[in-house]
Amino acid sequence: MKIAVLSGKGGTGKTTVSTNLAKIMNWNYVDCDVEEPNGFIFLKPKVIKTEEVKIPVPKIDEEKCINCNKCVAACQFNALAGTKTDIILFEKLCHGCGACTLVCPVNAITEEGRTIGKIDIGEAEAIKCMRGILDIGEPMAPPIIKRLKELVDDSPTIIDCSPGSSCSVVSAIDGVDVAVLVTEATPFGLHDLKIAVELVRQMNIPFGIIVNRADEEHDLITRYCEEEKINLLGKIPYDKKAAVLYSKGKLLVEDKEYNDRFKEIGEKILEVKACS
Amino acid sequence: MKICVSSLGNEKGAMMDSRFGRCPYFAIYDTETKTYEFIENSGVTASGGAGIAAGQQVVNKGVEVLITGFLGPNAMKVLMGGKVKPYHGKGGTIEEEIKLYEEGKLEIIENAGPAHFGMGK
Repeated sequence: MKIAVLSGKGGTGKTTVSTNLAKIMNWNYVDCDVEEPNGFIFLKPKVIKTEEVKIPVPKIDEEKCINCNKCVAACQFNALAGTKTDIILFEKLCHGCGACTLVCPVNAITEEGRTIGKIDIGEAEAIKCMRGILDIGEPMAPPIIKRLKELVDDSPTIIDCSPGSSCSVVSAIDGVDVAVLVTEATPFGLHDLKIAVELVRQMNIPFGIIVNRADEEHDLITRYCEEEKINLLGKIPYDKKAAVLYSKGKLLVEDKEYNDRFKEIGEKILEVKACS
Repeated sequence: MKICVSSLGNEKGAMMDSRFGRCPYFAIYDTETKTYEFIENSGVTASGGAGIAAGQQVVNKGVEVLITGFLGPNAMKVLMGGKVKPYHGKGGTIEEEIKLYEEGKLEIIENAGPAHFGMGK
C-alpha cells in the first residue's frame, strides 16, 4: 500500500506529516519533493546507496546529418533549433522523449544519458528511506520521481510530494492507494487545497485531509470538508511545542500527545483505504 | 535583404515590441521589393523555449537583420547560428525602426540579456 502526502500550497507541513506518519506506522518513506527533499533531516537515515538519474538527450552526428530539420519540427519542447549549417541542442529543454531519434531519416541521432540528479537510499532503523535530489538549475523533476517510484517495493510506503499540483505531483501520486492532503486553516491554504482536491478526484484516488496549524477560531477547512463530504483525518494544533521540536530537527511523535494524534491519523488513513 | 522587427501589431504603423521570444508578430521587410510581410510568432504560446522557437522562425524566413529590444541567451545562440545580425531598436514604429537601421543609427546587440525577460510583461 502506498500513501501520498500532498498539499497544493507549499509550507503547510507535508514533510512533518509524512515523516511522523512513517515513524509511527513503521512504513517506508520516499521523498519525492526532489527540489527540496528535507524529510531526511527528521528521519535521519544512514545512506547506504546512491544512484545517478539520467535522461536520454540526442547526440547528433554531424557527418551523417543532412540538415533536413525534421528533428527540429518533431521536437515539442523547442530543444532543437536548425540553422543553415547545423542543429543546435538546448539540453535543458529536452524532455528525453526520443521523437527526434525516431524521425531522423539518416540515423544521425543517437541518445546519450545526461545526469540531472540522484537518488539516495538509506535506512533509519526499520524504516527504509529514499529521496530524490534534482541538481540545481535543472528544470525537470518527473524523471527522478519516476525512477524513485520504480525503486519502491510492495511494502507499505509513504510518499512525500512536492508542493503545488504540477507534473511533479502528478508523477508522484500516480498509482498510489490513498492521498493525504495537508492544508493550513487560511484562505490561501483553502484555495490551493481545492486545486489539489480537484487533482486527486480526477485521478480517482481516495483521499482525506489533515489540517496543520489548526486554529479552532478560524475553522474554514472543517466547514469545507463538511460541504464537500471529505474525510477530515485529523488536526495538528497551532502550538509552540511543535515549532520547537521541528526547529531542532526532531519528530513530533517523540512527544506523547503528538504520538497519540498521529496514531489516530494513521488509523483513519487506513479506514479511507478500506472504505474506498 | 530581409529585415525583421519584433512587433506588437501586424501593420507597418505598429510599435516595435522590445521582447523577442514573446512578441506577437514579426514584421519582415524586404529591402529589394520594399514590401512588408507579417507573421505570427509561434513562440508566444510555447511553454518553454520561446526565444528558440522565435529565433527559428526568423532564421527560416531567411532574415539577415533583426531589430528588437532584448535577446535571451538561447535566442542569441539560434540567431548567431543562422547568421542573423541583431540590433537594438529604439521602440518606435516598424517603419521608423527600419528607417533608423538604414541610416545606420542602430546599435548591434553584442550580448544576450537575461533569460525570461519577456515573460509576463
